[in-house]
Amino acid sequence: MPGITREEVAHLARLSRLELQAEELDHFAEQLDVIIGAVARVSEVAGQDVPPTSHPLPLTNVMRADEVRPSLTPEQALSGAPAGEEQRFRVPQILGED
Amino acid sequence: MSVISLVSYEDALASYDPVMGLEVHVELGTRTKMFCGCSTELGAEPNTQTCPTCLGLPGSLPVVNAVGVESAIRIGLALNCEIAEWCRFARKNYFYPDMPKNFQTSQYDEPIAFNGYLDVQLEDGEVFRVEIERAHMEEDTGKSTHVGGATGRIHGAEYSLLDYNRAGIPLIEIVTKPIVGAGARAPEVAKAYVTELRELIRTLGVSEARMDKGQMRCDVNLSLRPIGREKFGTRSETKNVNSLRSVERAARFEVQRHATVLADGGTIVQETRHFHEEDGSTTSGRIKEEAEDYRYFPEPDLVPIAPSREWVEELRAALPELPRVRRGRLQAEWGLSDKDMQAVLNAGAVEPILETVAAGAPADQARKWWLGELARRANETGTELADQPITPAQVARVCALVAEGKLNDKLARQVIEGVLAGEGEPDEVVAGRGLAVVSDDSALGAAVDQAIADNPDVAAKIRDGKVQAVGALVGAVMKATRGQADAARAKDLILERLGA
Amino acid sequence: MTELIKYTAAQTAAAVSAGEVSAVEVAQAHLDRIEAVDKKVNAFLHVDTEGALKAARAVDDRRARGEELGPLAGVPLALKDVFTTKGVPTTCGSKILEGWIPPYDATLTARLKDAGVVILGKTNMDEFAMGSSTENSAYGPTGNPWDLSRIPGGSGGGSAAALAAYEAPLAIGTDTGGSIRQPGAVTGTVGVKPTYGSVSRFGLVAFSSSLDQGGPCARTVLDAALLHEAIAGHDPLDSTSIDAPVPAVVEAARMRDVRGMRIGVVKEFAGEGYQAGVMQRFDESVELLRELGAEVVEVSCPSFTLALPAYYLIAPSEASSNLARFDAMRYGLRVGDDGSRSAEEVTALTREAGFGPEVKRRIMLGTYALSSGYYDAYYGSAQKVRTLISRDFDAAFAGVDVLVSPTTPTTAFPIGERADDPMAMYLADLCTIPSNLAGNAAMSLPCGLAPEDNLPVGLQIIAPAMADDRLYRVGGAVEAALNEKWGHPLLEEAPAL
Ligand SMILES: [Mg+2]
Ligand SMILES: [Zn+2]
Repeated sequence: MPGITREEVAHLARLSRLELQAEELDHFAEQLDVIIGAVARVSEVAGQDVPPTSHPLPLTNVMRADEVRPSLTPEQALSGAPAGEEQRFRVPQILGED
Repeated sequence: MSVISLVSYEDALASYDPVMGLEVHVELGTRTKMFCGCSTELGAEPNTQTCPTCLGLPGSLPVVNAVGVESAIRIGLALNCEIAEWCRFARKNYFYPDMPKNFQTSQYDEPIAFNGYLDVQLEDGEVFRVEIERAHMEEDTGKSTHVGGATGRIHGAEYSLLDYNRAGIPLIEIVTKPIVGAGARAPEVAKAYVTELRELIRTLGVSEARMDKGQMRCDVNLSLRPIGREKFGTRSETKNVNSLRSVERAARFEVQRHATVLADGGTIVQETRHFHEEDGSTTSGRIKEEAEDYRYFPEPDLVPIAPSREWVEELRAALPELPRVRRGRLQAEWGLSDKDMQAVLNAGAVEPILETVAAGAPADQARKWWLGELARRANETGTELADQPITPAQVARVCALVAEGKLNDKLARQVIEGVLAGEGEPDEVVAGRGLAVVSDDSALGAAVDQAIADNPDVAAKIRDGKVQAVGALVGAVMKATRGQADAARAKDLILERLGA
Repeated sequence: MTELIKYTAAQTAAAVSAGEVSAVEVAQAHLDRIEAVDKKVNAFLHVDTEGALKAARAVDDRRARGEELGPLAGVPLALKDVFTTKGVPTTCGSKILEGWIPPYDATLTARLKDAGVVILGKTNMDEFAMGSSTENSAYGPTGNPWDLSRIPGGSGGGSAAALAAYEAPLAIGTDTGGSIRQPGAVTGTVGVKPTYGSVSRFGLVAFSSSLDQGGPCARTVLDAALLHEAIAGHDPLDSTSIDAPVPAVVEAARMRDVRGMRIGVVKEFAGEGYQAGVMQRFDESVELLRELGAEVVEVSCPSFTLALPAYYLIAPSEASSNLARFDAMRYGLRVGDDGSRSAEEVTALTREAGFGPEVKRRIMLGTYALSSGYYDAYYGSAQKVRTLISRDFDAAFAGVDVLVSPTTPTTAFPIGERADDPMAMYLADLCTIPSNLAGNAAMSLPCGLAPEDNLPVGLQIIAPAMADDRLYRVGGAVEAALNEKWGHPLLEEAPAL
């Protein structure tokens, strides 16, 4: 496995929405390189014909009836909001639309 | 919008073959959201239909709505899809303020329905098969209102306000395989497909699928490939095209735009674009410096869905009569030729006619009004036939008045006009405008006598046996009574008086 | 009154029920103890004095009305600050949630309240449960009551330390890779990770959804069992909750008999990196089980050597997604919103300021493991390892009733020793992680002090999924035999605070 570069860390930070400081980039690049080097051992099994387990339980089809349950009051919903206006969450300007 | 001169549609088609992919999102009409028990009722006050789960509060967890799954399977079956024996939800990771968890719970490589098709009928009656790649379950986002700035739109806004009532409402995303071979008719196929899909969804009763209310939204992916070439070109993705007509216009515009770029020696960039109703154009969305990487992985807070074959077959057996089958049956019942039926379909008149017949009118009468006066009006005003300000019951009442001899055709037309103009029920219009047919002999008799007196030459011819000349005298009677006379009765009276 | 803080939960409940002491007196005694020692220990992030006394009064009122009280009514408890509590701050040890007051109770919180348990407050933890030392809390480290300069384990170090410092007879932890068992081991207390899916995760702020499991922490095996019964059971609000009866853990804890049981010693949990005194106490425990009438065999689980790398791919991957919701829009910290910055910039600045280094490290590690091009090699392979580990467990449990191992390779290490060496820190969870990956049940209980440092050593017992009762049967028997040998519970040897 290739080592992880400062640029890759910067890319990961952007994907993760973390405004890392310059010195953090260096520090994390170093540490992530060591950790990824160590965990890359799992790829030993990559070629094996083994089904993946995403979940430890053999459960399927857990569903609920389509019945309305009480919602929070808007006061409760907005109680933790950093800013609110007209019973809505107020957030800084949103760039672009997906 | 910058003015650019586009390659004409015909020129574009001379060198290129359009390849389309349509992604339609349908909001299900379930009582509650996909993963929590909050109501989905439209029009509620902001943030009154939210809970820890749909607000993405720390610690909250999703539980799947059984009717959401059932609806997805029914849509899949109606689209001739295979239904997965086992499938999962996945997380689609990206940040956006209207998405409370900053991932969308969706399905990725294991959709609940896949490999289907939908046959759609074009305006000339030709049937085109659109192949379906998949139909999968996911959840809707919240709604943002942009405040400040000149336009009230996202660009230039100072800040935004978020309402999460819509967040978590179940969505079914239906994705076609690449639609090839439609040639110049690609935009028409796109519109016909969305129209047919909408009808199918409504027939299943899983959603009202109102595009104007955002219950059904379409993304149009389009690319051009040089005629005779195998490989597809780069596609553009025009997002949220929200009316049937716009779907067609957006596809058409993109064909021309792509051809224009290519003709200039440019290359098409893969990007999302926004459609503008005002002029039918599209513009580029925000260019992202890095490619999207959604980092899909199986949703660990939910367990797999494994619909039993018994359940799937039960749902299949209980499907309602699907639109294409139904149309065939109605055509037979109404005794229409293919061409006449196509006219009914193109005008969007099936439901209005059906409801008018249900309200007591004969099918041919109902068809006459909806395809005649009303379709013309819809066309002129650019509105849907079903949205005209007259109800099928009102049309049926007009038909009844004609059948009873209380109105003739010309008067009936005026009554329809009156209803459309908001003058009330048909009977109120008749009374208000004084439109009842004049058929009592004393009132009519005076008009007949006057007509004979005013036209002695014509009267003489009739007396001499030239009965066919009676039309001129009837015309005079009608004119004198401002069209309210019962023409048949007037003719009888004239012939009686002239001893013919 | 100081006696009250040394009562076990079972004794406290009996005394309250019999009217020998009021629930308010019990609560007050513990609040006083917290007041006296917690400045040194820092086990609590928030003490809910008013709420605790109110809950205690309610228990006393019910008793006065002649109502039957449950087996834990009036017993104080320290709740890990990762469960939501309506009206009471919940921070997960993070700055990003500083001041957040949830509008809802976790299912576990509600069940505790229904059982008449008196919640004293919220305990310190590694930020978002990421860590093995509680040093990653944004609110300062917790000290190990055995030696305040050492770590109390993590992430649930606050809960374990609260027990060892007699600030509460019961506590709740969460175990994603060992966060209940490892703190239990290094503080000389009992900690149980129930079968995945048996305790509701609704209201448990997620670190790694497929691994997280809430569970009981106590000073005795019986107390842990009583708490286990109170919090376990099906919850329709958690799709991964098992809809089956909870095994009879209280009954099992009272059996104190392992005759006829087959016990497997996992060969892979020994060797390099294991402290001599830890292995000595472990070997003695195995010998003790033989003396008590169990049959002991050695078993091999070869895939366990890949458990740690698999865990450090799966847990960060899920965490990177679970923690995306902390974006400064709806709750919690918001930094840099000066009217000129976009939502995107404010989110990135807030996350930069609000998350500590270990959380950032894991978010980026998880983002890396899930990103296109790397998914198959990392996340995909880790999931295959998970299958192999489950198969190893299945094979082992075909021949034995439970498995045993040291809970952790070493005793409590000094605060700061591994703080900037993630790989060294991660080794603390070497023996505990396989059970999280497979979803089975496991317990740690004290089995003595390591001779070289006089610090507690934990014995880990592992049972198949939904056979949690076996943990209590073995644990109860070992605890009784050891207490008899020592003449008192191990915790009595801890220095006074
Ligand atoms: Mg989608
Ligand atoms: Zn909700």
